Amino acid sequence: MSTVKLTVNGKSVSATVEDRTLLVHLLRENLNLTGTHVGCDTSQCGACIVHIDGKAVKSCTTLVGQIDGANVTTIEGIAKGDQLHPMQAAFRDNHGLQCGYCTPGMIMSAIDIVNRHAGDLDEETVRHELEGNICRCTGYHNIVKSVLDAAGRMKVAQAAE
Amino acid sequence: MYETTYHRPASIDEAAALFAKHPEAKYLAGGHTLIPVMKQRLAAPSDIIDLAKIKDLIGIEATSDALIIKAATTYYDITQSPAAKKAIPAIVHLTSVLGDPAVRYRGTIGGSIANNDPAADYPAAVLALNATIKTNKREIKGDDFFQGLFSTALEEDEIITSVSFPIPAKAGYAKMRHPASRFALTAVFVAQTRSGEVRVAATGASQSGVMRVPAIEAALKANWSVGALDSVKISADGLMGDIHGSAEYRANLIKVMAQRAVEAAG
Repeated sequence: MSTVKLTVNGKSVSATVEDRTLLVHLLRENLNLTGTHVGCDTSQCGACIVHIDGKAVKSCTTLVGQIDGANVTTIEGIAKGDQLHPMQAAFRDNHGLQCGYCTPGMIMSAIDIVNRHAGDLDEETVRHELEGNICRCTGYHNIVKSVLDAAGRMKVAQAAE
Repeated sequence: MYETTYHRPASIDEAAALFAKHPEAKYLAGGHTLIPVMKQRLAAPSDIIDLAKIKDLIGIEATSDALIIKAATTYYDITQSPAAKKAIPAIVHLTSVLGDPAVRYRGTIGGSIANNDPAADYPAAVLALNATIKTNKREIKGDDFFQGLFSTALEEDEIITSVSFPIPAKAGYAKMRHPASRFALTAVFVAQTRSGEVRVAATGASQSGVMRVPAIEAALKANWSVGALDSVKISADGLMGDIHGSAEYRANLIKVMAQRAVEAAG
């Protein structure tokens, strides 16, 4: 057992857990943040993606010890109160989901993609960059549309700040 | 996953000392191979020694002769490195088609090479360029490093500290990616050294891991061009055949990927 200290969605968290604990299990089972999903459990599908120090990574392939001291953001931490994150709003408006299982991971990946490309995104880049996220409903068309829409909204939001 | 004890040493020496104390330990870098294997209970190390935060293992430096990448440098950092792009753009390209963005944030060059997966990307670059692998004990040439599937010249307790790639006159990499795993169904790295030697390595193809391709090397040595490979025939003997592709298919892919790599190298 070890004690790990993290910041999760802006709050300090300290947890004493077995060393074999994966971040996704800490989030879901200890912190009740069940928006982060376990899909394939083999590092391929991306349903478990969260941000660690601002980077989109697979929480099913991260031991909690590896990120002791890190800043973690999950799907629960991106809205501002009742106001959805522009990426969430774009997924809703463009019907960027079918069953919704992959959606939290898609959104966390997509925010990272927009951040890295500084709002300068085209469809081909989005499709290439989303390769670490699998939608078993194969609803990619509207997901890509949502990401492109959100890229524009995030640019506007940043300009306003 | 079986129980294990996690350690985060601050230095290479501290990591080696921990291994000496815990002989059933495993070193961890990005964790994107070891953790899945532990989850499947195919590996059960008593202790995990995390190398990813050791400062002396992170960084990229280019000299006039070599591109030196420290072992725990992530794929993402390699794709973003102006020094790497300038020195050997083929290595940056190889890194950009490895895994997916989330994997590239965590995976490390040292981890990939130490694991020596038969379909991994870096072994092709290390062998084609005959890179020097530096460890906490010695230096090993690429020619001597890879010893079959998931097997290398490394001792159990040895830590790769950096990989030094000689800067070639020309180099290119082309990969047929498995669409789900993004591993190489077959990929080829072609290089022409500054002294005019031609070295070609294929990954994802052979039953015994990364390999040189003498037929392609000879044809490119005589004439460095895509067309020079038109008449080359690659034998399917010893190549992998599985549900994703037969040995004959992979034999043809070696040639086609070599042609694309030559085209990319210019």
